[in-house]
Amino acid sequence: MRFLRSFWVRLLGLARVRRTNAEIGAELESHLQMHIDDNLRAGMSPQEARRQALISLGGLEQTRQALRERGTLPWVEALLRDLRYAFRTLLRTPGFAVVSVLIIALGIGASLALFTVVRSVLLRPLPFPHPDQLLALYGRDGKSGNTVASGDFYDWQKATHGFQQMAIWRWTGYNMAGSAGELPEFLNAGAGSWNLFSTLGVSAALGRSFTPADDNVSAARTVMLTWSFFERRFNGDPSILGKTIRLNTLPYTVIGVLPAWFQFPDPKIQLWIPWQVGVPSGDLFTHFDHIGYVIGRLRPGVTSAAALEEVNAIQHQNYVRLNGAGPVVDAAIARSLLADIVGDVKTPLLVLMGAVLCLLLIACLNLSNLLIARAATRRREAAIRTALGSTRTALIRQQLTESVLTCVAGALLGIALAVGATHWLILRWTDIPRAESVHPDALVLAFVVGVTLLAGLLSGLFPALSAMRAGILAGLQEGSRGTSAGASRASLRRSLLTAEVALTVVLLVTAGLLYRSFLLLRSQDVGCITKNVLTVNFFLRGDTYAKPEEILAFDTRLLEKVRILPGVRAAGLPNVVPGGGYYGDREVWIPEHPRLPSGEHIFASYRTADPGYFSAIGIPLLRGRLFRDNERLTRDKVVIVNQTLVRQDFPHEDPIGKHLRIEWRTPQGESYEIVGVVRDTAYSIGKPPRPMMWLPILSGIPGATGDVTLVVRADRNVASLALPVQKILAGLDPDLPVKQVLKMEQVIGDTTSNSGFSATLALAFAGLALLLAAAGLYGVLAYLVTQRTVEIGVRIALGAERSRLLGMVLLDGLRPALLGLLLGIAASAASTRLVASILYDTSPLDGTVFASVVLTLLLAAGAACLYPAWRASHLDPVRALRSE
Amino acid sequence: MGEKTDVWQGTLALMVLKTLDTMGPQHGYGIARRIEQTSGNLLVLNYGTLYPMLLKLEQECAVTSEWGLSDNNRKAKFYRLTGAGRKRLESATQDWQQTITIVARFLSPAEEA
Repeated sequence: MRFLRSFWVRLLGLARVRRTNAEIGAELESHLQMHIDDNLRAGMSPQEARRQALISLGGLEQTRQALRERGTLPWVEALLRDLRYAFRTLLRTPGFAVVSVLIIALGIGASLALFTVVRSVLLRPLPFPHPDQLLALYGRDGKSGNTVASGDFYDWQKATHGFQQMAIWRWTGYNMAGSAGELPEFLNAGAGSWNLFSTLGVSAALGRSFTPADDNVSAARTVMLTWSFFERRFNGDPSILGKTIRLNTLPYTVIGVLPAWFQFPDPKIQLWIPWQVGVPSGDLFTHFDHIGYVIGRLRPGVTSAAALEEVNAIQHQNYVRLNGAGPVVDAAIARSLLADIVGDVKTPLLVLMGAVLCLLLIACLNLSNLLIARAATRRREAAIRTALGSTRTALIRQQLTESVLTCVAGALLGIALAVGATHWLILRWTDIPRAESVHPDALVLAFVVGVTLLAGLLSGLFPALSAMRAGILAGLQEGSRGTSAGASRASLRRSLLTAEVALTVVLLVTAGLLYRSFLLLRSQDVGCITKNVLTVNFFLRGDTYAKPEEILAFDTRLLEKVRILPGVRAAGLPNVVPGGGYYGDREVWIPEHPRLPSGEHIFASYRTADPGYFSAIGIPLLRGRLFRDNERLTRDKVVIVNQTLVRQDFPHEDPIGKHLRIEWRTPQGESYEIVGVVRDTAYSIGKPPRPMMWLPILSGIPGATGDVTLVVRADRNVASLALPVQKILAGLDPDLPVKQVLKMEQVIGDTTSNSGFSATLALAFAGLALLLAAAGLYGVLAYLVTQRTVEIGVRIALGAERSRLLGMVLLDGLRPALLGLLLGIAASAASTRLVASILYDTSPLDGTVFASVVLTLLLAAGAACLYPAWRASHLDPVRALRSE
Repeated sequence: MGEKTDVWQGTLALMVLKTLDTMGPQHGYGIARRIEQTSGNLLVLNYGTLYPMLLKLEQECAVTSEWGLSDNNRKAKFYRLTGAGRKRLESATQDWQQTITIVARFLSPAEEA
């Protein structure tokens, strides 16, 4: 403590160093006088008195120096001097200063923005107490993961000992309609076991959380609100507690409000319903319907491996017992809840982080290059300073101060840049999880300070060292005769340039691969018409749609009205459109085929459709027929399948007329006759087609046919039909909320927009890197030409051909570029495997990408070299020789 | 104490503080002479080391200084012990006495038995 205080006092002492100097003199003078007085009194001669006094003081100047050093911090003073000097130097060449600061600002800004996101999304712990105890558990079929069946969950919960608590939840959604003519609204919701919140370590901000009594099939319906929904829809008025709201036309009592910070698993979720209330009762104890996400909180001291082993043992018993009866998973998979939430974003995020760090490195190399060039022009100054007794360390320190100062200025600008960039990233990157938690913190601050200092040291080190290498004498001589100067410096600059080009190539290749993959993804055919098609998504639920006749009536009236709207070409009613997601699958059996061996199952993606849907969205019929208008209500024993299902299950036979047994209308299942085969469609862009089947939506089975996406196709400008269609819906049922109105392009764009975003971003970084590299190349070559002006002049005077001179200089510049290109290609070939997992249908060694990168780089390098080379070859020999 | 190892510095600071404690405000020359006298002129003090020590003590807030007039009517800087300085003197005195006791035990053969 005392040391610290003394440090501060000394630091403050700097401010009054002048006064202290005067004081030191006065104090020592008074000391001497008093001593001399005493000596005189003791009988010495005046000279002897002064001499003795000085001797016992141990030298006036030394004491003065000791006091001065004690009074200030010498290195701080030196630093201030260096800073003042660096400031002056930078201000003397404002153009240079602005360019270097901008380059560094770009590098630091971009890396800071991405690091903020990486830190918040990947590195910051989840906002729950002891987040490291939280595990996400999944079922495992063979190798792939699966969500968990409710029955499995209850077994795990009952029989394991490694967990303090285990909870289950799933996505769901409700139509909310106010009793007093309030606007209807569709709400994304979660259904969670009563202990979900206590497992996570969250308690209600208002009211109470769920209890076991709430989480029961026969319990009174209760609901918990998220804070954002509570504020938005109920003005944050706590009197809503204990009142009821109507969800899917049924009353639910509001028992509590969750805290504002709780946005698990996604801020889209507006409210929570107890698991057993929110899940169909048939699904509650089955081991075959895999619908839930399980979260476990480990007991302290229990490893996740040990806990998982126990779960696996239980699941193995289930598997042995039930394997013949239905699809039951054979084991479980566990990973940390954080890894689970971060999921697929990790790789693209890390790739982008790598890209910006490359960019920053390139920026540093560039600054380094600029500084070397400038150090060359200041060689005489350095030599003179050395001759006058400046130490080498002082010179290096001076150079580093300058580069660090540049980087600090760059960082300040970069921070401003990063604030905007981070905000923009989060807005654009729609599937980024934990977006709400993205904000800078101490670690981000430490990162920017560290990166700035590192960048400053890195970019200052090479110039400083290169300035050192040349001796004093050489510096003075060189300065006086501008011949073949700084050969070693030029070669240093070439090596830096080679590194810069190599890094740029790696960036270009990576970005190229991402972009090519994105283009392929976007051009993938979903298998239907996507132009001028509108989709309107809603859910028929609750008392109003409790009978098949009610759903049928709604569907048919809706179709009738929409089809006669002016401009509508066709309309149809599926549950999900191509590109609209996985949605769900069901197990099917083929009665005509022999029983499958125990443990083998056939699954088909589950879809519904009306007779007009396929032609409305342009899914071609390949064999058989589509649904007929009279195949409705209970006359619904027909099914349409896709090519993949036929290829997989009827490889050598005609599927038409065969049957699929499906548990749809009833738990025991019925046989449905295959009447048609349609072409494959993609459930999600970039995913391989799956076996798929459509059942008649007009059967009107409550629940099973309640999920509806109205598809409307027009000749042009389909968006203008959105409002008329919504008015028709409101006319049919004013309490029915529409979940989403999207054009088909948007449905598909949604799934590709994020990969497009990261690809575009990477491409932008690579473009910047290319620009920097080209600028660096140009700078070095222009510098070399200036250095060799005399030599070139002599050559021309002696009769060298200008075209050969052009070639010579070009080659000089292109050599480091070519070397860098080779190194970069080799490095890319080794490193692109890291991005392989996020590429779609693109090899990490894609020839097109590599070839176009080579071409782009050669063009850029050529363009950068051409002007200096041209200038060299057009030198006027007389003026060149005179320039000496 | 940050300077435990540096015995000379430690003792010089102690002597300066003790001198100021007994004599009241005093200028550097006076302190130096007083230390020499007290030591029975056994200590030859290099006055040049005294001033950085005084400045250090002032930076550490153990003493304060102000200009005044000496007995012979010369302008001189007078140092005065602060409250913090007095506390420091007490603890330093204790430390020093403890050190003496320990060293004395080592050096006296009678204690060994």
